[in-house]
Amino acid sequence: MTSLPEKTGKKLGLVIDLDTCVGCNACVTNCKEWNTGGHMAPLTDLNAYGAEADGVWFNRVHTYEVAGHESCGAAPSRTMHFPRSCLHCEKPDCVTVCPTGASYKRASDGIVLVNEDMCIGCKLCSWACPYGAREFDVFEGVMKKCTLCIDRIYNENLAEEDRVPACVATCPTSARHFGDLSDPNSDVSKLVKSRGGVDLMPELGYQPTNKYLPPRARKDTTAAMPAPELKPVTADGFLGWVDKMLSR
Amino acid sequence: MAFTAPVENDGVNTSPRVSDEVKTTTCYMCACRCGIKVHLIDDQVRYIQGNRDHPVNKGVLCGKGAAGIMQHTSPARLRKPLKRVGERGAGEFIEIEWDEALASATTLLANIRATDPKKLAFFTGRDQSQSLTGWWANQFGTPNYAAHGGFCSVNMATAGIYTIGGSFWEFGEPDWDHTKYFMMFGVAEDHDSNPIKIGLGKLKGRGAKFVSVNPAQTGYSAIADEWVGIRPGTDGLFVLAIIHELLKSGSVDLEYLIRYTNAPWLVIQAPGTQHDGLIARDDAGNPLCWDKKSNSAVSALLPDVAPAMRGSFEVGDKKAIPVFQLMAERYLDGSYAPDAVAARCGITTDTIKRIAAELAHVAFQQTIELPIAWTDWAGRRHEKMIGRPVSMHAMRGISAHTNGFHTCRAIHLLQMLLGSVDVPGGFRYKPPYPRPIPLGPKPAGKNGTRANQPLGGMPLGFVTAPEDLLVDANNQPIRIDKAYSWDHPMASHGLMHMVISNAVNGDPYTINTLFLYMANMAWNSSMNTRGTIDMLTAKNADGSYKIPNIIYSDAYFSETVAYADLILPDTTYLERWDCVSLLDRPISDAEAACDAIRQPVVEPDRDVRGFQTVLLDLGARLKLPGMTNTDGSPKYPGGYADYLVNHERAPGIGPLAGWRGADGSSQGHGAPNPKQLDAYIANGCFWRGEMPHDAKYFKFANASYLAWSKQMGFIPKAEQIVLQIYSEPLQKFRNAARGHGAVQPPDKNRARIDAYFDPLPIWYAPFEEAAISSTEYPLHALTQRPMHHYHSWGSQNAWLRQITAQNRLFMNRATAATQNINDDDWVWIISHAGRVKAQVRLVDGVNKDTVWTWNAIGKRKGTWGLKPDAPESTRGFLLNHVISEHLPDQQHSNSDPVTGQAAWFDVRVRIERAADHEQKDAGHDFAPLTPPPGISPGPDVLQYGANFREAAE
Amino acid sequence: MNPALSVIFFTTASGAGYGILVMLGAYAALGRLPQSMWFGLTTMVVALGLITAGLLSSTFHLGHPERAWRAFSQWRSSWLSREGIMALATYVPALGFGLAWVFPESVKVPLYLLGLLGPVMAVCALGTIYTTAMIYRSLKPIHHWYNVHVVPAYLVLGVMTGAVLLFALSLLFAEPLKFIAPISGLLLAAGLTAKWRYWSFVDSTAGTSTPGTATGLPGAQVKSIEWPHTEANYVVKEMGFQIARKHAGRLRTIAIWAGFVVPAVMIEFSILMPAGVQVVLAVCAALVMALGIITERWLFFAEAKHTVTLYYGAEKA
Ligand SMILES: Nc1nc2c(c(=O)[nH]1)N[C@H]1C(S)=C(S)[C@@H](COP(=O)(O)OP(=O)(O)OC[C@H]3O[C@@H](n4cnc5c(=O)[nH]c(N)nc54)[C@H](O)[C@@H]3O)O[C@H]1N2
Ligand SMILES: Nc1nc2c(c(=O)[nH]1)N[C@H]1C(S)=C(S)[C@@H](COP(=O)(O)OP(=O)(O)OC[C@H]3O[C@@H](n4cnc5c(=O)[nH]c(N)nc54)[C@H](O)[C@@H]3O)O[C@H]1N2
Ligand code: SF4
Ligand code: SF4
Ligand code: SF4
Ligand code: SF4
Ligand code: SF4
Ligand SMILES: [Mo]
Repeated sequence: MTSLPEKTGKKLGLVIDLDTCVGCNACVTNCKEWNTGGHMAPLTDLNAYGAEADGVWFNRVHTYEVAGHESCGAAPSRTMHFPRSCLHCEKPDCVTVCPTGASYKRASDGIVLVNEDMCIGCKLCSWACPYGAREFDVFEGVMKKCTLCIDRIYNENLAEEDRVPACVATCPTSARHFGDLSDPNSDVSKLVKSRGGVDLMPELGYQPTNKYLPPRARKDTTAAMPAPELKPVTADGFLGWVDKMLSR
Repeated sequence: MAFTAPVENDGVNTSPRVSDEVKTTTCYMCACRCGIKVHLIDDQVRYIQGNRDHPVNKGVLCGKGAAGIMQHTSPARLRKPLKRVGERGAGEFIEIEWDEALASATTLLANIRATDPKKLAFFTGRDQSQSLTGWWANQFGTPNYAAHGGFCSVNMATAGIYTIGGSFWEFGEPDWDHTKYFMMFGVAEDHDSNPIKIGLGKLKGRGAKFVSVNPAQTGYSAIADEWVGIRPGTDGLFVLAIIHELLKSGSVDLEYLIRYTNAPWLVIQAPGTQHDGLIARDDAGNPLCWDKKSNSAVSALLPDVAPAMRGSFEVGDKKAIPVFQLMAERYLDGSYAPDAVAARCGITTDTIKRIAAELAHVAFQQTIELPIAWTDWAGRRHEKMIGRPVSMHAMRGISAHTNGFHTCRAIHLLQMLLGSVDVPGGFRYKPPYPRPIPLGPKPAGKNGTRANQPLGGMPLGFVTAPEDLLVDANNQPIRIDKAYSWDHPMASHGLMHMVISNAVNGDPYTINTLFLYMANMAWNSSMNTRGTIDMLTAKNADGSYKIPNIIYSDAYFSETVAYADLILPDTTYLERWDCVSLLDRPISDAEAACDAIRQPVVEPDRDVRGFQTVLLDLGARLKLPGMTNTDGSPKYPGGYADYLVNHERAPGIGPLAGWRGADGSSQGHGAPNPKQLDAYIANGCFWRGEMPHDAKYFKFANASYLAWSKQMGFIPKAEQIVLQIYSEPLQKFRNAARGHGAVQPPDKNRARIDAYFDPLPIWYAPFEEAAISSTEYPLHALTQRPMHHYHSWGSQNAWLRQITAQNRLFMNRATAATQNINDDDWVWIISHAGRVKAQVRLVDGVNKDTVWTWNAIGKRKGTWGLKPDAPESTRGFLLNHVISEHLPDQQHSNSDPVTGQAAWFDVRVRIERAADHEQKDAGHDFAPLTPPPGISPGPDVLQYGANFREAAE
Repeated sequence: MNPALSVIFFTTASGAGYGILVMLGAYAALGRLPQSMWFGLTTMVVALGLITAGLLSSTFHLGHPERAWRAFSQWRSSWLSREGIMALATYVPALGFGLAWVFPESVKVPLYLLGLLGPVMAVCALGTIYTTAMIYRSLKPIHHWYNVHVVPAYLVLGVMTGAVLLFALSLLFAEPLKFIAPISGLLLAAGLTAKWRYWSFVDSTAGTSTPGTATGLPGAQVKSIEWPHTEANYVVKEMGFQIARKHAGRLRTIAIWAGFVVPAVMIEFSILMPAGVQVVLAVCAALVMALGIITERWLFFAEAKHTVTLYYGAEKA
């Protein structure tokens, strides 16, 4: 059903820390390797070894230069890496526009999924997603997208600590966090609160579940890290000072 | 805590079967060597997961590691031994059986060994089995052996080992859990890929300050709290200016310097004599210091002396002054003041001063104490461990310059002055480091080579004086790469980058066979790529090749395959036994010694063999002593796995340290254990031997650590390791250059040795910069490793290549504007050595005098299982085409004068917008290479994993 | 947005088809529809043919046309689903109307029923055009579509194209329809006005999203320096279509002249002409208009910028 649930039981999602992401692409390829054999398998790659290679990926990392933000500190700009995947929005038009019911938002946990068997491949949902999170598998003729690793997070064949999305499990800098954002006491909710987590394009009203933690202010000024200025030691110079120090 | 699956009734199977079987092994998508769990369905790899228990990666994988499936299934995998039938480079090969391949190699090699073993040059690239390959060279009897170290980061290794008895690389790490101020110099990714990222994550979590000194603001620098966009090659000046500030303000840890470094040691002042600059020693050879209590020179190794740190003293008949005074006087000089260096470094005076102040502040005002009681080497008990929580890490941005050795020493000096080497919050060694300084043994081969005889020791080692050099009676290099000669005396890792050119030029001599393993010398690991290709195909007047035979082991169809005569195809990393040994490049962490194995998790579907097994087989066929029983039968018929268990380098010491002894109960030492590999597999394919709790810091002087290290066999004696601010071995070479001693450099080398073998860190302009005109070549050109590609390997990987299939030339927006260069324009990069075309991407986050690109993305057409239209070979490029292996004078190699480290990052260029008709692609004129039999570009449509879904449902 | 030919053809062709139905319905309601089998048959075949071809063409761009039936299920939330239903539903009155109109003898429907079926058909047709328009109009990520000017333009352009076609057909069969020329002219003027307002709106406004809001840093200047993958992917190809300003300007001129002005002039001029010339002018007007409207529709897609392009270097969307 493409009508949205009034309210979902949980709001499972990701919190991504832009202050910590080094742009290593671990989340990108780990997502690929898990999901190409997972719930939406395969993630087809076209022209895999030639020009214009074009594969289906659920997570991609951009690189930007940012100016006019507190995180630039004394420098005119800063480099920022930006991973982008489905935000499992609370009011996602990608679901409501779907004519077939293939796209849906789960009432239990808020995960937005595509049922490929019902998908006619009209692509409308990808037009309706402001964030570019849906990728059409041209070869299979169906729409694919991040499943929030629905085949991992509850998977009883995996050890309990492995029941997190592949991209989260692998992130070497721990820039990715997974949890229930409807629970104000969850670690992710607390993190969002303490770090001022934000929505992407809130103006469109999709109410993303995933939150981004903006890069923090840099500490490259004396104001940011007050260390007293170094003063020459004594009149008789450094070596004289050494003597004095050692004869105490 | 995991969530339980809710009732949704949408038909989604939330608990699909993940695999039939999970096997652990060690990743080799790069040299970080993380632990992995390979999930298999029907013997196919379903998923590769990080091993949570593993000491290196603790469960995470990087972008490469998670793309292992595509490496393992690469279309470029070699399938069977190949024999060249056409001209070199023409790609005409026939497939042959292993027996034929091994027999022909044996004939060739046996002949060399029976006549002149040094005519075999065995160079092994990105080898992780150097203790085997080095030993093989030794048994064969050739000194001409090395791996990638010389073109990689030997400056860093040598400077560290001679200074602090350990090094950056992955041989040490910041105290991620305690450091409050972390400075990173010239690192894009490094070998410790995942540990560094895990560590940076911790710093971010704790809010410690992270400073990145790097001309480019990418990757790690992007998340730094401060980015210092330094001009390349000037870090030494920057660091010495910080030292100037610290000294001037008395912000140094005197107690630490007295206790743990050679700051109090006395240096003889006798200009013009052979003793000048050497350490004053007693008859037993102990270094002397001036004891203020007794007012006499006493052994500096005695505990509880009160050494003078300044003053001039009579020691015997000579005048001597403490190291500390020499050091302080040098760097207090106004030429090291921040305002004197700022412009050259491209950093403001204020920034240098502020960083110095911050370092001092954190080190001395934010001291941390760990409640760990410990006893030092002299038996003194300390109730707690006091730490100066500033830490540093540096890598190739420092080392890949002709001044890299000294710059790296300067960084270590800074660490010592702050008292932050192996203290809580500082830089920490990983076992087997620290090791005695200087580290033994010396390189073997000094006495030349003998037919059918082993070399008598490992070819690579550490020289301490001119007497140790590998030069012949005429003072000429003994080694083909001129390592340990007067050209590069402290070439601890050899000079792989000079082998081909020296062999072709017959300088110092010609060779018969070049045996290469895992090094793409015909492309991305060579400077002057085109010249290298020409040399590989160069012929004598009689039509024979100047390098008569080339044997190569690769696993994939790389550019170099096309230039070899005999190809020994290797397995992929998931198909073989392998070992990450403490005798080699360890994977220890700061609190434990660690090693690991690889086990075959899938059977090869091709006629390929693990290189190490092949090497042992060749050794047995050649009847090399260590590899053959007295009855002539092979000693390790079970191949590398057999060797891993049964080989003993010294009694009780083998490739693997875990589960030794007949019953598997010992670690470090012990008899071979026939069940050792099973024990490793049961433990996830790694072993971690933790050191005692009180041994975890101050390792160089910690009685508990030193005893543990000795017991593990890492150090010969449990003696204090004194950190070397002043490096006496350097002075010995300098004295030789000044005309003292039995072994002296040829006249042409004297001035160079004298200038660069300064026992205290110095800075000088990189050689290429000094030799060319800065107006003609105003810019520095650098490469950086992309975190998701490993050198040349990634382009055959259908997933990784999608991320970067073309490398841009990144250029500062303001600099480009002065030349009317726009984003996306094609430009020529022109150096004194050549030119190459690239497409620019304008950015703000790069030093204005610097351009850079991603390393090793450009590929030669036809290779790596790619189609001819692949962007890697149409729009990508290699900076190597404009880097020369020689300095502009064509006299010296483009290497550090002390260690021979290849100076990749010294190259100077100018950028010119390409003509309008050239504004399309990189326009390479290298002829396409023809794939060998059995290899063709991969499929157009890849649907890996489709069958797993069915299997799960 | 990528101007896919199948969708351009679908919206223009079916729009015109529905436009004819609207016009026929209106004439029938007013009792002004001439009874003529050939005219009726041809007109109905053209109208339903355009509609059917359009609908079929729209299924060509589906990944799984064989599952197209599923698209009728989500009318509660999806305009695409509603469009499908409306399109299908419209066939019922349209076929009934057609039979009654073309074969009054055999069907034997009372005339008042035609007057009843006509408006029902017209409303259904308008409704279908409306649902089509709403598909675009409700896409928040696309500023060029998510605005009040889209629906009127679609409705007017649909009826307008239908009227011009009907004008040509009526002349071909010499079955004069009262006021069809002035009505067409008025519709062309209305169409141009609707489009003009649309263009001035999109030219003078931009979406509220910026690279800053897209990356969670509102107010900051965010510049893309590297794409996640160096080569273009589905999202870039589908949503990142770029057209140069100059090029777009030229095409707009074509759309304005060919789509509205020239046909209007030709039609009004044709009134003064003898019957033979009139027919030729009317058919030419229809053809010229087709070219113009296809151009207009191509631009409707090509000029539309999607917010996802903000991630790939666009400064506004
Ligand atoms: N411009 C520039 N050039 C550089 C550098 C730079 O920073 N800038 N860095 C330099 C440095 S530090 C290094 S270490 C070198 C590295 O350069 P190389 O040593 O050439 O390393 P790779 O390209 O990684 O791979 C070498 C070969 O190993 C093969 N190989 C991969 N896996 C296996 C295997 O399992 N078995 C076998 N037998 N072969 C295998 C690959 O197919 C490839 O042909 O590059 C150097 N070149
Ligand atoms: N993903 C991945 N990991 C790898 C490798 C790989 O190919 N890919 N290769 C492995 C190998 S063989 C090696 S040797 C290591 C090397 O690891 P790194 O040392 O991280 O290697 P580079 O990418 O050469 O990075 C050099 C950095 O130094 C900067 N730099 C250049 N010149 C200067 C300078 O003068 N001063 C300062 N401060 N910075 C400078 C460059 O901008 C760049 O960021 O990485 C290893 N790890
Ligand atoms: S794995 Fe983590 S650090 Fe790496 S790109 Fe993804 S979010 Fe960033
Ligand atoms: S991010 Fe896009 S695909 Fe995901 S729920 Fe939101 S609108 Fe839908
Ligand atoms: S492409 Fe598939 S999932 Fe997307 S809207 Fe169309 S039918 Fe629904
Ligand atoms: S949650 Fe799973 S599917 Fe979604 S981006 Fe992360 S790894 Fe990919
Ligand atoms: S860092 Fe990545 S590629 Fe290297 S060993 Fe670890 S997981 Fe493998
Ligand atoms: Mo390296």
